[in-house]
Amino acid sequence: MPKITYSDAGTAALAEEMRRDPTVFEFCTDATESLLDEFGPVRIRTTPITENTFTGMAVGAAGSGYRPVVNWRQVTFGFVAMDPIVNQACKIHYMFGGQQKFPITFRAAVGGGTKLAAQHSQSPYSMFMNLAGLKVILPSTPYDMKGLLKAAIRDDNPVMSFESNRLMGLEGEVPDEDYVVPIGKADIKREGIDITVVGIAWMVQEALAAAETMDKEGVSVEVVDPRTLAPMDGDTIRASVRKTGRLLVADEAGPTAGASAEIISLATEDPETFKAMKAPAHRVCALDTPIPYSPVLEDHVFPNRERIAEGIRAVLSAR
Amino acid sequence: MHPSPEMQREMLRQMNTIRRFEERATQDYLAGDIFGVVHSYIGEEAVAVGVCSALEDGDQIVSTHRGHGHCIAKGADLDRMMAELYGRETGYCKGKGGSMHIADFDIGMLGANGIVGGGIPIATGAGLAAQMDGKGRVAVSFFGDGASNAGSFHESLNIAATWKLPMLYVCENNRYAANTAAAATHAQEDVATRALGYDMPGVIVDGNDISAVYDAATTAVARARAGEGPTLIECKTYRWGRHTERPSQAEPRPANEVEEWKTRDPIPRLVEALKEQQGQLTDEEWEEMDREILARISSAVAYAKASAFPKPEAALDDVFSGEVA
Repeated sequence: MPKITYSDAGTAALAEEMRRDPTVFEFCTDATESLLDEFGPVRIRTTPITENTFTGMAVGAAGSGYRPVVNWRQVTFGFVAMDPIVNQACKIHYMFGGQQKFPITFRAAVGGGTKLAAQHSQSPYSMFMNLAGLKVILPSTPYDMKGLLKAAIRDDNPVMSFESNRLMGLEGEVPDEDYVVPIGKADIKREGIDITVVGIAWMVQEALAAAETMDKEGVSVEVVDPRTLAPMDGDTIRASVRKTGRLLVADEAGPTAGASAEIISLATEDPETFKAMKAPAHRVCALDTPIPYSPVLEDHVFPNRERIAEGIRAVLSAR
Repeated sequence: MHPSPEMQREMLRQMNTIRRFEERATQDYLAGDIFGVVHSYIGEEAVAVGVCSALEDGDQIVSTHRGHGHCIAKGADLDRMMAELYGRETGYCKGKGGSMHIADFDIGMLGANGIVGGGIPIATGAGLAAQMDGKGRVAVSFFGDGASNAGSFHESLNIAATWKLPMLYVCENNRYAANTAAAATHAQEDVATRALGYDMPGVIVDGNDISAVYDAATTAVARARAGEGPTLIECKTYRWGRHTERPSQAEPRPANEVEEWKTRDPIPRLVEALKEQQGQLTDEEWEEMDREILARISSAVAYAKASAFPKPEAALDDVFSGEVA
């Protein structure tokens, strides 16, 4: 099976869906050369710097029979388009009584590690998880990137595809053939029996590394990747926690009202899962600050594999 | 291109339908049968009807918070409109939208919108879809003087002109953004002059003269269908009512200004124009037309009242399209 990067898996997904469906086209402020070469400027539409307007145009085009993909590059630029996302795309299928579907895929890179300071190092996915009518995906591997993005483009609803800055260069096996990863299905990335670590995006990779460390200490870690943040696959997370009796959530975003808080609620508000728990749930998240520039400061703010391992030890020693 | 007498009578019928619909909606809102808020289009009827009369069935429009007139002019069903205002399950949006959010995609009415300026990019996206389809369809964005100061207006005009999209941008300049006078918020009095910066025609018309609106729209539609790009049409008009029909709604406008604009009522203007054309309209015919329209509005209200409210659990329907994992 060919190995390609997380970033190239996203490009491959879009190219495959554009070949498959002539109604798929992209709005972007900066075209990917291979896509522009293959599909031309009508379907790879390089726009003026007008995130608010080309995102709103995607709503109008989707309501007129197309499947636009809106690529802001960084989520930072997506914030310029909050009206068409929040007030329009997420609500008008419902608000208009379901009479029209609005299949739109939004693409935005999230997370830090790039030394780009506070604006271009954001992980605001919980803000978007709050929007009824929007699905939110966040892959952790090249395989999931291609499969989830293809599923997003085929979905009849607005889907926010968050993509991790840290993982863009990560290589992994990705089949050339057509496949989709279903939206709303979590994945057990590593099986274990002593503790469930739910990781998000880059934190899945860090959790897998921490699991290797803990393995040497005689601790068996199960790593669960939600893959879709909305709607969240609570069943898979709860089943894992019932099996291991312990839960740690690792997230590159801050903890406050975050995806981590939602995951812990989904597990602990279920009586059977709560009864099976042998220790309080625990979070390993970024500190609640804007992300600083200097490497020393940035490293201090973000979680990593060492902090996950420390967190696992803390949960295991809790009584 | 001057509209035929037959078309003018149809325009009159539509304008008066909007007038009578808005009167009844306001009355029933004040009686507590319609909820939330109602933004009346009375006074501006010639804009929606004049522009939509220049369109074909497949053409698309995007409306504003003051959207009833655009719906009616595009051919929306009065029963389903009134049922939506009444919050009933037979309404256009099954009671999920209300007055500010009526849409009918089957007739190319892509929705009213509660965000000032929010509809302009959506209309522009419909225009892009029309261009990509290549079937000669056009899209119309209706918006007010308030929205013409929003970034979405300027961004959309620039894109539409650069890509030569088949668009009409129709500014209903009623001189007030809610309660704020355009005179206090516009660097220049005219909105149409902004078209110059985007290399498209900018046309100013008397928005209370339906023939003038229709002529300007017809020219712009022909230009759009020919692939020559968008046109900005500024219709100078006025709303008779306050921003909303809420009893507590502020009224900052001078009384004499309101009264002066009422003398420019687009409906009697068209009635008189038709009467002056030999045999095109008599007093009796006009009275009969009005009676028919009033009866039609009454039957729409009866339909709404006879319709059930949605079941409470229907609140969970249509959050997503299709099956959700």
